[in-house]
Amino acid sequence: MEGSGVGGSESGSMSTVSRDDNMVVSSEDSSCPDESELELGLGLSLGGKSGGFKMHQLSKGGQFARILTAKDFPSVISAASPSSSSSSSSSSLSRANVTAGTKRTADSVAAANGSSQVVGWPPIRAYRMNSMVNQEKNLAAEGFNSTMVNHKSETSMVEKTTAGIGKYQNNGNTKLRKSLFVKANMDGIPIGRKVDLNAHESYEKLAKTLEDMFLKTTSSVNPTGSMTLELGAMKKITRPSKLLDGSSDFVLTYEDREGDWMLVGDVPWEMFLSSVKRLRIMRTSEATGLAPQLQERNQRQKSYVPTHETLPSLKTFAETKSAIRDSMNSWQMGMMVEMSKPLCNSECYVRP
Amino acid sequence: MESSELKRSKDSVNSCESARRSSFPDEVLERVLSLLKSHRDRSSVSLVCKDWYNAERWSRTHVFIGNCYSVSPEIVARRFPRIRSVTLKGKPRFSDFNLVPENWGADIHAWLVVFAAKYPFLEELRLKRMAISDESLEFLAVSFPNFKALSLLSCDGFSTNGLAAIATHCKNLTELDIQENGIDDIGGSWLSCFPESFTTLEVLNFANLTSDINFDMLEKLVGRCKSMRVLKLNRSVSLEQLQRLLVNAPQLAELGTGLFSQELTIREYEELESALSNCKNMHTLSGLWDATGMYLPALYLACTHLTFLNLSYAALQSVELAKLLAHCPQLKRLWVLDSVEDKGLEAVGLNCPLLEELRVFPADPFDNEIVHGVTEAGFVAVSFGCPRLHYVLYFCRQMTNAAVATIVQNCPDFTHFRLCIMNPGQPDYLTNEPMDEAFGAVVKTCTKLQRLSVSGLLTDLTFEYIGRYAKNLETLSVAFAGRSDWGMQCVLGGCPKLRKLEIRDCPFGNAALLSGLEKYESMRSLWMSACNVTMNGCRLLAREMPRLNVEARGGMPHHLSLLSEMLGTRQTENY
Repeated sequence: MEGSGVGGSESGSMSTVSRDDNMVVSSEDSSCPDESELELGLGLSLGGKSGGFKMHQLSKGGQFARILTAKDFPSVISAASPSSSSSSSSSSLSRANVTAGTKRTADSVAAANGSSQVVGWPPIRAYRMNSMVNQEKNLAAEGFNSTMVNHKSETSMVEKTTAGIGKYQNNGNTKLRKSLFVKANMDGIPIGRKVDLNAHESYEKLAKTLEDMFLKTTSSVNPTGSMTLELGAMKKITRPSKLLDGSSDFVLTYEDREGDWMLVGDVPWEMFLSSVKRLRIMRTSEATGLAPQLQERNQRQKSYVPTHETLPSLKTFAETKSAIRDSMNSWQMGMMVEMSKPLCNSECYVRP
Repeated sequence: MESSELKRSKDSVNSCESARRSSFPDEVLERVLSLLKSHRDRSSVSLVCKDWYNAERWSRTHVFIGNCYSVSPEIVARRFPRIRSVTLKGKPRFSDFNLVPENWGADIHAWLVVFAAKYPFLEELRLKRMAISDESLEFLAVSFPNFKALSLLSCDGFSTNGLAAIATHCKNLTELDIQENGIDDIGGSWLSCFPESFTTLEVLNFANLTSDINFDMLEKLVGRCKSMRVLKLNRSVSLEQLQRLLVNAPQLAELGTGLFSQELTIREYEELESALSNCKNMHTLSGLWDATGMYLPALYLACTHLTFLNLSYAALQSVELAKLLAHCPQLKRLWVLDSVEDKGLEAVGLNCPLLEELRVFPADPFDNEIVHGVTEAGFVAVSFGCPRLHYVLYFCRQMTNAAVATIVQNCPDFTHFRLCIMNPGQPDYLTNEPMDEAFGAVVKTCTKLQRLSVSGLLTDLTFEYIGRYAKNLETLSVAFAGRSDWGMQCVLGGCPKLRKLEIRDCPFGNAALLSGLEKYESMRSLWMSACNVTMNGCRLLAREMPRLNVEARGGMPHHLSLLSEMLGTRQTENY
């Protein structure tokens, strides 16, 4: 339940506020983009959810804009009713947003792509959220995804019942998607983030999100609803572009269930999801020894290792990596280097 | 606070002295005061006069610190020399929802160091939202030979290795209560660290750990701890194993089962049923992961005296719940998932007339396509059947003003009303109006209201109502609500007993923030994130109120955390 910063408005419209408030006129606060860039749209990051909601939308008139109410979004209200599908509600929301003239366009709504979550909302403890996800996984693993039948027919207990949350979710047409939040940290940035892996269907999308999170400036949209960096922290470290001048490369790594640090991308996406505990964007200089330890693991646990011969639909490691590299236009994915000594936890990452 | 107490006591010291000749000896006064348990009563008592202040501080054995930064451990130790039990709360509540950065603080270690020196006979430590490392747990385990009870809720920074240290070293341990925490669950071997000679455990809760434990060791542990009254297992314990445990521990008062789903033979089922029903003292039941209609009947006989049933990890359907509740006539507290739907809640209303607390959690909070879950109808149904209801936490996707008005009319005794309409800023779905009147009805009708969480589309009118009517309100949570500074000003200007105010994503700015200057000293904490407060506003606040800890992050502060009260200086890291 640790986290960083807060999703929502970032550097804001100092000038607007200070016009109203004589006590706090100051130019030093306005190290922020133009107020029209104000991050408003908690509404938008909600994707299809937010109905008529639009908070703290400061207009250039210098006063707190009126809160747009349900009346402003008649189409969205109908979309907000339970009977509508999410696709229609998100499209009507984007229509409404355009109507309202916000800078945050439908792009971010589209980018939200089903991952429509505001950070920390609804207010449920992280533990409980994660346990719902894990229950779902366990149910799937145990084969409890259909009605459960008692084999012992002589008992009087035979009844077809449904099994837990997994079945509850499978109401025929509803799309199943649980959240799977993992921590993500980048070397050199003190504040970590959390990212919902289930909101991304592929390594490419994940890489794009991480890029948005850690490398874009605060005016960027964060459609997965994860937290934004504070300006202060960004300023303290050198700007990403300097770091990534080519003088230092980064690799995306993850810690798996067994505590090993692996390079992201060397296993199929689904397998990755089931074993990832957290992510780290590591400096290449530290990423020594992150050889895919699959072979070692195989000997340990005889897990299934797909190769491109056995599963032609899966990308090879190289293909995956190049796809990721292509998507990360502002930083490079470092090459993995073989090393004689395996990387162990105490060397690569000190937990805060 | 201390200085004002002493000042006051100086004034009354004369009258105390004159009465002294015929007053109690100190020892008697201390003895009498030692019977006071409530920390609020004790605070009042300490203000009477200097004698009473001293008697109180010498007789106090338990200290509750609601905000670890409000006071330093040295000052606590100086004032209360005989503490045996400490409860400490740290991070703002919104840290549970990932709104507080890591490394924020609230580290227990400095406290432990002082306690080791000043309270070597410390017995109990209960922590909520504190950061605690394995090293600290080990330090705790070896520094306090009399240590008895450890309870951790919403804490983080530690792993099961820390638990192993506790199990290994705390020879007199009676309570190990590991609730929902950010624990690094490395494995279950910690349980095996309890020595074979160890028999004193009364409370063991590891329900929220995921790793497998050694069942043999657990069985032996439970078998030799004859005073065990609370046992909450984790998922890894099967039904069959549960039965074996219960056979040896029929005295259990609180049981958290493991996985409640397994293929059993008839005989195994009957044995389970019998073992459960033999627990005549059982008043609390939880766990029940993956419980389905198949095995719930095994519980029926055990539920006769049940007062607290926690089904929040078992996604029951309405019919299953209804059948189960028919056997729970004494139920006072019920936690469920919204998979039970309105029909399930109707069954609650029909079967549980003594119900005082209801919590309905969403089984799938993020899926908008879900047309199930609970609605206003379920809540209304419960209110008709359960007039004693005073605590509710309700997650839903639709609500109306009229429904809430009906609910509070039926249940005017609410002390805790936490309504979460999951879609932020959603209006009354029938009238499309804001939900102002709903919360207006709540504060007008429920005069005993202490805690309120609001949601839905809300204008400043909601806050006008709150400020005007909620005279006993102590905790208020606000998200995605309000229209202007006026809203927050109303709350700060009214609500005489307000202690905790947490606000996120609302259009409240500096004017609102600064309108509460006088208020903040009597509050425990204020949190504002993603509002319109500026850094300068925070600076001004800090300047005007030097005794407050004001902390702000971000250009336009993403979050402002105001921890009131004097004397604490936070170590800020990485700011």
